[in-house]
Amino acid sequence: MNSIFVLSGLAVFSLLAEILNFRRAIFPVVIIGLIAAAGLLVLDWNRDAAFFSNMLTFDNYAVAFSIVIAVTALLWFLMSRKYFEDSATVTDRVALIFFSLVGATFMVSYSNLAMLFLGIEVLSICLYVLAGSNFTSIFSNEAAFKYFLMGSFATGFLLFGIAMIYGVTASFDLATISSVISDGTGDKEAWLYTGIILLIVGLAFKISAVPFHFWAPDVYEGSPTVVTAFMSTIVKIAAFAAFFRLFNTCFSTVYDEWVGVVQILTVLTLLVSNITAVYQHSVKRMLAYSSVSHAGYLLISLVAMNDISASSILYYVSAYASATIIAFTVLHNIESEEEDAVVDHFNGLARRNPYLAACMAVSMLSLAGIPPLAGFFGKYYLFTVAFESGYVGLVLLAVLTSLIGIYYYFRIIIAMYLKSTDRTTSVEVPLQHTIVLAICMLLSLGFGLFPGLLVGLI
Amino acid sequence: MLTLLLIFWPLVASLVFFGIKSEEAKKWALTASIIEFAISLVMVVLFDPSQGAQFVVKYSWVESLGINFHLGIDGISLLLVLLTTFLTPLIILSSFKHQYENAGSFYGLVLVMEMALLGVFAALDGFLFYIFWEMALIPIYFICLRWGGVNRGPVTLKFFIYTLAGSLIMLVGLIYLYFQTPGSRTFDINALYAAGQSLPASAQGWVFWAMFVAFAIKMPIFPFHTWQPDTYHTAPTPGTMLLSGIMLKMGIYGVIRWLIPVVPLGVERWDSTALTLSIIGIVYASLLAIIQKDLKRLIAYSSIAHVGLIAAGIFTLDRIGLQGAMIQMVSHGIVIVGLFYAIDIIAARTSTQEISSLGGIRNNAPVFASALIVIVLGSVALPLTSGFVGEFLLINAVFQHNTYGGVFAGTTMILGAVYMLRSFQFTMLGEVSTATKTFADLDTHEKWVLYPIVAAVVLIGIFPDPLMNISEAAVDNLLTIIGK
Repeated sequence: MNSIFVLSGLAVFSLLAEILNFRRAIFPVVIIGLIAAAGLLVLDWNRDAAFFSNMLTFDNYAVAFSIVIAVTALLWFLMSRKYFEDSATVTDRVALIFFSLVGATFMVSYSNLAMLFLGIEVLSICLYVLAGSNFTSIFSNEAAFKYFLMGSFATGFLLFGIAMIYGVTASFDLATISSVISDGTGDKEAWLYTGIILLIVGLAFKISAVPFHFWAPDVYEGSPTVVTAFMSTIVKIAAFAAFFRLFNTCFSTVYDEWVGVVQILTVLTLLVSNITAVYQHSVKRMLAYSSVSHAGYLLISLVAMNDISASSILYYVSAYASATIIAFTVLHNIESEEEDAVVDHFNGLARRNPYLAACMAVSMLSLAGIPPLAGFFGKYYLFTVAFESGYVGLVLLAVLTSLIGIYYYFRIIIAMYLKSTDRTTSVEVPLQHTIVLAICMLLSLGFGLFPGLLVGLI
Repeated sequence: MLTLLLIFWPLVASLVFFGIKSEEAKKWALTASIIEFAISLVMVVLFDPSQGAQFVVKYSWVESLGINFHLGIDGISLLLVLLTTFLTPLIILSSFKHQYENAGSFYGLVLVMEMALLGVFAALDGFLFYIFWEMALIPIYFICLRWGGVNRGPVTLKFFIYTLAGSLIMLVGLIYLYFQTPGSRTFDINALYAAGQSLPASAQGWVFWAMFVAFAIKMPIFPFHTWQPDTYHTAPTPGTMLLSGIMLKMGIYGVIRWLIPVVPLGVERWDSTALTLSIIGIVYASLLAIIQKDLKRLIAYSSIAHVGLIAAGIFTLDRIGLQGAMIQMVSHGIVIVGLFYAIDIIAARTSTQEISSLGGIRNNAPVFASALIVIVLGSVALPLTSGFVGEFLLINAVFQHNTYGGVFAGTTMILGAVYMLRSFQFTMLGEVSTATKTFADLDTHEKWVLYPIVAAVVLIGIFPDPLMNISEAAVDNLLTIIGK
């Protein structure tokens, strides 16, 4: 809980830094602040405390996901220092990021639909601005505009859904909604289901599940690369955690009524995203589709919805985040010499910078789900969850799409290790990138070799 | 503890090598792999053939999911461990002539590969087995990708996707079994045996196919072999040796350890299908081997034929067949590494491996030709060579199981003689061609590789008993488990 104060405090501090001319101090303060926020979250473990008249509940689920978000944000800051330093508006950007982190924390810890809405809006509005933070690029502007339009459209659905649920249950409180629904809603049933469907649509937009994913590739491609990294890690984690929290707490009693819809979304997401990713030339777009496909894998655990679903989601997003941060850090370095990197720009990277190439290979292997990396255990764990609830068909589909995944992830590996390039200079990597990459490599390997670190926590 | 040392020594050594850029790495890699061989020899000495799994280590890994780090060595494992540790130093030594860019990474990957292979042969936990199984794929993929020959990008990708497809289906099968384990869920091998055996025959049939496809792709058995000739051809020679000498044994070992005892009813139901596929593979691959113009491809196809016979012997579910398979696995591994090395020597000196442009090598290199003829005879299973013991037992078992099957399986001996002796004749004997005019005889390095192989081929042929004794009890135990 205290971490929310720290995060908000850092955001305000960052705004004040502009006035008080603390700009130089901002980066160390940010790093220390995030470490403090993560530390404070650890203290909340097992406390299960409710705050603000039961608006937020820091149960272990909330704490675990908040920690993942805080740690990912820490790594992300190390990765994107250049993005801040290059700009005259460093303080604005830092403030926006922190406000969106506050929003993300709301989204994983809400126990009231109003807070869910607030969290999503705080997160999204900051991101609309950040997506367009490269003012001079027309694509960045396009991304911001598209994201804003689609995002507000989705929020409309979400809000409508919340209103419907309120109409049926006369409450925003998750626990109350859950008990009213399990007592039976009688003739208001139709409103309830309509509300649930609208909520699914709204949240599916946020996690960019097919067919509500159309904004994602354009927005991801147009936004500055570090903002894309932020969107495909932290935003995704928060949105998915929110999705699962809502459906697990409130609607598990009417599981049979909505699971079919989510199942269709899952199948579509897995198939469409993986097949489309094969045809991408731009690495950023490929990563965008890959991020959509991972939303598909995560949806499997929502469909299966059993005791270990939450744990599998936690594991999967941690594995996914550590691999994705690597991918974007490497991409960021490639882009420093070549805007709009396509797969060919990775040619011969193994010679030009073996460390960078090895990191990218680990990231791609982890995303593709190859043991002993974390991505494999994440997939395996999801498969077990699906098996537990009897969704063998979904597992087989996921196996198939994993194979398609190999095809596009390995294109980069092949480019790095096999193809040659006429560039001979080595790629310079800043120190903090080396550190981020090392940490994420350790996490990818560590989680993979010792899954017990995360499995069974929640 | 010895098992941990066996598994982790190559890994620790390889981690050091990744830092070495210079050519020095090859010497260190050789030393490390010889130490590894010594460790396995210590194991052989301490091993008690009459007991089951020995040198067992078991640590909890992911407790809440019933996954353990559980390793142990029984007779079947030990033979393959011995094969792996014997061949790896030879494979490393055989590559001394080549100047590989980033030698440190190359030899590091070879040793990681060795570690994963040993892990596969020692794992007694389904999940751990799968991890090692997949881990073996990564180093060999990178070895082929970075140091392979023409067209290696698409070929290696096909190889990777093909084998991964099989593995993932096997994973689904393993998870299914995991959910059937009695009591609390676990991947322990005995629990998986109990789970599989308690299933009705139809369910066992499904699990059979899920696992069988993975193993069949790895071996490979017809019709899952299409990745193999291209990959063998494209891979750098040490990679080809690893693939053919050791890695394909993973598939055979998988059938013995993770298929037959897990779903005996499924095997009973489908073994004639598997047997038929194996025998089709023998004849088909032998015929294709005859028409190959490229030596490396010829050996690749001959490997499909030989492995087909091993698989056929196993699916007779007969004691003789299984023992024959064990001895033939060792023999095939040694012989094929020798053959690929011979091709490597020829290709390095004449820069061709086309049969038609070679000939008369024996005139200039009598020692090489003599060494090679022993290996070739081992391959065609002449009595008193290692190939004979295995093939004789295998064909005998297939013949007893099904006369027609035995007849067709037996063609491998005839067809094998045709393509092996013919290619020997066209390359070693006859007129000296322009390519072979200045063919130098073996130097010291090459002798150090070929002589141990020749010695092994002859010694196993004359005294197969010590090896047979190692696996005998384990094979009997296996047959007891499936109630035969």
